[in-house]
Amino acid sequence: MSDKEVLLTIRDLRIEGRADEEWLEIVKGVDLTLHKGEVLGLIGESGAGKSTIGLAAMGFARDGCRISGGTIDFDGIDLRSASEAKRRGLRGKRIAYVAQSAAASFNPAHKLIDQYSEAPVQHGVMSRGEANNDAVELYGKMQLPNPDEIGFRYPHQVSGGQLQRAMTAMAMACRPDLIIFDEPTTALDVTTQIEVLSAIRDIVEQFDTAAIYITHDLAVVAQMADKIKVLLKGEEVEEADTRTMLNAPTQDYTKSLWAVRSHARPEQPPIEAGTTPVVSVKGVTAGYGTLDVLKNINFDIHARRTVAVVGESGSGKSTTARVITGLLPPREGEIQFNGQTLPADYRNRTKDQLRQAQMIYQMADTALNPKQKLRELIGRPAQMYLGLNGKALEERVRNLLDLIELEPDDYIDRLPSELSGGQKQRIGIARALAAEPQFIICDEVTSALDQLVAEGILKLLDKLQAEFDLAYMFITHDLATVKSIADEVVVMKEGVVVEQGPKSEMFQPPHDPYTELLLSSVPEMDPDWLDKLLEERAAGGAGAAVEGAGN
Amino acid sequence: MGFLTGLLWLAAAIIAAMAAGWLFRTAAVAVTPRGVSKELKTAPLTASFGMLMIIIYILVAFLAPVIAPFSETEVVGPEFMFPGDDPAFVLGTDNLGRDMLSRMIYAARNTVGIAFVTTALAFIIGSVLGLLAAIVGGWLDQLLSRTVDVLMAIPALIFALLLLTIVGTSIINMILVIAVIDSTRVFRLARAVAMNIVVMDYVEAAKLRGEGLWRLITREILPNAMAPLVAEFGLRFCFVFLTISALSFLGLGIQPPTADWGAMVKDTATMITFGNVTPLLPAAAIALLTVSVNFVVDWQLHRASGLKE
Repeated sequence: MSDKEVLLTIRDLRIEGRADEEWLEIVKGVDLTLHKGEVLGLIGESGAGKSTIGLAAMGFARDGCRISGGTIDFDGIDLRSASEAKRRGLRGKRIAYVAQSAAASFNPAHKLIDQYSEAPVQHGVMSRGEANNDAVELYGKMQLPNPDEIGFRYPHQVSGGQLQRAMTAMAMACRPDLIIFDEPTTALDVTTQIEVLSAIRDIVEQFDTAAIYITHDLAVVAQMADKIKVLLKGEEVEEADTRTMLNAPTQDYTKSLWAVRSHARPEQPPIEAGTTPVVSVKGVTAGYGTLDVLKNINFDIHARRTVAVVGESGSGKSTTARVITGLLPPREGEIQFNGQTLPADYRNRTKDQLRQAQMIYQMADTALNPKQKLRELIGRPAQMYLGLNGKALEERVRNLLDLIELEPDDYIDRLPSELSGGQKQRIGIARALAAEPQFIICDEVTSALDQLVAEGILKLLDKLQAEFDLAYMFITHDLATVKSIADEVVVMKEGVVVEQGPKSEMFQPPHDPYTELLLSSVPEMDPDWLDKLLEERAAGGAGAAVEGAGN
Repeated sequence: MGFLTGLLWLAAAIIAAMAAGWLFRTAAVAVTPRGVSKELKTAPLTASFGMLMIIIYILVAFLAPVIAPFSETEVVGPEFMFPGDDPAFVLGTDNLGRDMLSRMIYAARNTVGIAFVTTALAFIIGSVLGLLAAIVGGWLDQLLSRTVDVLMAIPALIFALLLLTIVGTSIINMILVIAVIDSTRVFRLARAVAMNIVVMDYVEAAKLRGEGLWRLITREILPNAMAPLVAEFGLRFCFVFLTISALSFLGLGIQPPTADWGAMVKDTATMITFGNVTPLLPAAAIALLTVSVNFVVDWQLHRASGLKE
């Protein structure tokens, strides 16, 4: 690759961000060289400076950030000293950007094709008519259905995966030399992700475009990039060719990233026949308005067991949780707790019934009241349910903080805004534990977290389960999480349980076709995985016959 | 030339105001405890000036009997004296020969005090009902919201006049009438803000925990709705203040002989034709307080919105 011409050179790039009237360095001297037609993967945890570097490659800094040092040379143009007008001439024309959330980045008031032709017309590359024809051609290349018509829809009339592909096509409109992909598949379901990844890869190859691919998902970057750069807290950890990097990382940090997801829960002995499950969902049909979101759902959760409920967005996973907690009374069926039927509406349940089933939310940011200190956040359930007060309550809060591995003296008087994402999620766990429940619903608790942090949370949940004989219902779309934590798996699609059973069975063939599709769609660290999968699907295997729920 | 001199005076006044603001901020930062002074440091000069003015108004209101040279209602000299005619009456006298300065000082007490009580009452009614409507929803929300819609459909000042003629003019009645009318605006805001908070996961968690309505309002929702409500309080205060002055000007507000800036403008209005600035003084007092409060509110809104320039 390196025999090609150099396109982008960044030397000693320093970027500062402003916090509390002070400038702090967030990118600390990063070097980067990109040749024509080459794809560079930037990976790292949140806060590593990936997106900031990606934007700096366009000579752009976000609001509240400034490029404070270093040089950015794009094909002989010094982007730092170039005039704003000159930079504007490059953006969209020679350097394009694909954002993480296509849904939020498209203007909802204009048709896709009008937004497509905006850049080429503005930059004088094509006339509007040419641009429209070109759009149809590129939509076809991006494997969008009905390329002739799809451009005449509005963003809300198109699914998330299609929108992300339309956005990539739009970035390609002026045939740029460089495209920056900022986590383009992070918000998508696994089955949709495959389509977007293969479409992006094809088009980048066809037009020999250089790309910077920003992601936190190693398996994804392994499919896309020629070389990978690992970042940590604004500094480069190491950079190498993709295969070398995957097979023989040299730095400890990189190794720890690679080793993540090694956590696996030991196989649990089978449940004795006749034991009453802690929670039993019996024939539940429920929905909003006249629409049935859940149709005849049945499963049991036993003490000390984790049941993972898996499915794509819209499959009814979270709705099931709402039925169990009583937020959404079912139309038919019932929820039993230790053999007793629970009132359908949470308002009719007794305090003790409410105490027994607790919930941990996906977004710890919105699940913790930002105006309450940890003392109150964690202490309130203990005060309410167990009648603890004064000294005893403080003692209990301190115990709970110890349990979730946070130093009580340091943390007890903090507000949620003074915690990191992983710590907030730990507080969510402590709040659930404070009620001393038998059953906890974990709703995508790790999906908003970095892999290393998520690993810590999973280990903690596992430890607590053994200590307090808890039953977990684990809602997730991430099959890697399922592998590491579940005892039993329930696969859902469009409100119906497609398949259920012990984990060992679920990950062994034969599968239900939909389960097969889900399982095969989980990216693997092997750089050839995507090629193999696409070949297999073309041959009719690996769940090719089933439609993903996202489309 | 006259225009230029006017511009110069205006520039001088603005510079003096900003200088006063700067001095006040420096002094305030020096004397307040660390947490408060850190916040004060971020105050722009306009807000500092506003705070200084508000403090002066409050001091004047509390110390009225000490500062005022004459009593509020006593006739002490000839009518319609120009400011400066007699050194005993710094700002001249009104249509009955009462000292303008003394009446201005006492009026600060009446007008500002009544406006504050009215706004506070409007906020208690409006925000409690608004939060209730947002949490409970359903028929209660419909009932309250539609009632508010009906009340808001009638122009506020005309509605106030109408109600006051029905229930009779007294200070208590006026406070109640204005509070009820103004609480409809507060209701709208409180409901809209709370709607966004009610859907948060932490409120759902609190509901599932089995928390009662009162605790949901006071511990979970109100603390998170405070910033916009406080900012609105400042704005509402100005409007209430102007409504009281307007009602007094129309003769339905604070009744004579109690001093009130609105009524004072009315009483001395004819003097403006003789080139006497006296009627403009109470008007200026109203304007200055309104502007000052708005300066402070702007700063608070800016902080609450989390915008940084």
